[in-house]
Amino acid sequence: MAYLSVIVLLPLAAVAVRSVDGGLGGFWRAVSSPEAQSALELTVVLSLIVVAINAVTGTLIAWVLVRDSFRGKGVVNAIIDLPFALPTIVAGLTLLALYGPRSPVGVDVSYARVGVGMALLFVTLPFVVRAVQPVLMELDRDMEDAAVSLGASGWQVFTRIVLPGILPAILSGVALAFARAIGEFGSVVLISGNLPFKTEVASVFIFGQIESDNIPAAAAVSIVLLAASLLLLAAIAGLSRWGRRHEL
Amino acid sequence: MSSRSRSTLALRSTALGYLALILVAPVGLVFYRTFEHGFAAAWHSVTTPAAQHAFWLTVELVAIAVPLNTIFGVAAALAIVRHRFPGRALFSSLLDLPFAVSPVVVGLALVLVYGRKGWFGGWLADHGIQVIFSVPGMVLATIFVSLPFVVREVIPVLREIGTEQEEAATTLGASLLVTFRRITLPAIRWGVAYGVVLTTARALGEFGAVSVVSGHVAGQTETLTLHVQDRFEAFDLAGAYAASVVLAILAISTLASMSLLKRRGAPA
Repeated sequence: MAYLSVIVLLPLAAVAVRSVDGGLGGFWRAVSSPEAQSALELTVVLSLIVVAINAVTGTLIAWVLVRDSFRGKGVVNAIIDLPFALPTIVAGLTLLALYGPRSPVGVDVSYARVGVGMALLFVTLPFVVRAVQPVLMELDRDMEDAAVSLGASGWQVFTRIVLPGILPAILSGVALAFARAIGEFGSVVLISGNLPFKTEVASVFIFGQIESDNIPAAAAVSIVLLAASLLLLAAIAGLSRWGRRHEL
Repeated sequence: MSSRSRSTLALRSTALGYLALILVAPVGLVFYRTFEHGFAAAWHSVTTPAAQHAFWLTVELVAIAVPLNTIFGVAAALAIVRHRFPGRALFSSLLDLPFAVSPVVVGLALVLVYGRKGWFGGWLADHGIQVIFSVPGMVLATIFVSLPFVVREVIPVLREIGTEQEEAATTLGASLLVTFRRITLPAIRWGVAYGVVLTTARALGEFGAVSVVSGHVAGQTETLTLHVQDRFEAFDLAGAYAASVVLAILAISTLASMSLLKRRGAPA
């Protein structure tokens, strides 16, 4: 407990205390400065878009991994975790190598919001896949077979029978991915080029404020991120309880 | 071809195409770029003094953070699963905090406590200890971000094995330490091993938190991940790609050992 306190709790408490150094008014001014506001807005909007894409592609990938069979499926299954294992700065660099200024395919997303979004897609890829995959494996296929024999189309079977079963898993994967996306730094930093009001996300903004010794602003925006992640963690705990109730 | 197999094929190619575009092609290209001028050129780029120093500093951080987090992780998991104490649920949920905090915020938090103007900054400076912008701060940052992995892997295993064997050993007169060494530890070893692998991967690859507290002095406080950024920003793409490939190979070996451990641990 002491170890946890010294390394984790005390430093986080310091952030909370320093964020209200100038009173609640000071906190509010720091968070609502045009640059901070634009960074926070961009972070939330991009993260929402990214997790929406993840919800679809993640479910699709999980489906293919569970229900389809083809040569090399084991390898595909293993590389899903690569974004978790690969250092984030390397993730950013690899995306820039293919989709950056010297792109061999003529696509340049550096210093653009699309590029930042791609970096977030890269690092959050495994969350939905890994949340949905085990649930999909457990799913009873009798109901699907019954529906098909009664003349339901593939799409009907998916939306009426499969989707309700895996929805809690999709949502908890989405929540985890969102929590990761709003705080992501390493993969974004090279691609974004740190252009305020254009590609600057919250974590990059915080880093900039620390560098220019504007600690109150850095601490205030940090607290906003921290509060958002804590709410999400609570939501995930709630979701997993909901998911378990559906199993009964 | 029936419509069913056609739709299966369409789903499969969409999923694999997406993975190829966003994951496989970029990583593959970095490997290609690293070795396009031959192995010798790549080797030359990763053996510059700065790159070597960065590599060994990274190893040092891992060598400190991983054992500490492993000991703490096993102890904390035992406390949570085997003992009841007030605040147990709170303690358990606080352990997940490092997963929820942005790496940059971790760095800022450490600066605010151990930095020059931080809570302990004055006292540390009086005693001639520099934490921030030097290696101790980077150690703290690495421990912070990789803290929960061992605990999270060991808790479910401890729940699974139950207490019967431990109780039997204690009844037969084994001391707590002997019980732990002979009964508990062998039973949880795959969980611990898995946690250690995850901790190591995270510690090797940490960038944001370490970046804030490091000060970025090449040859002194630069880890391998910081070295990648430094080379990239100095327009030395060859150096950045080569260091990235070293990190990527480490990441891929992590994945390989994880799937190996999963297979070994499964029958137990």
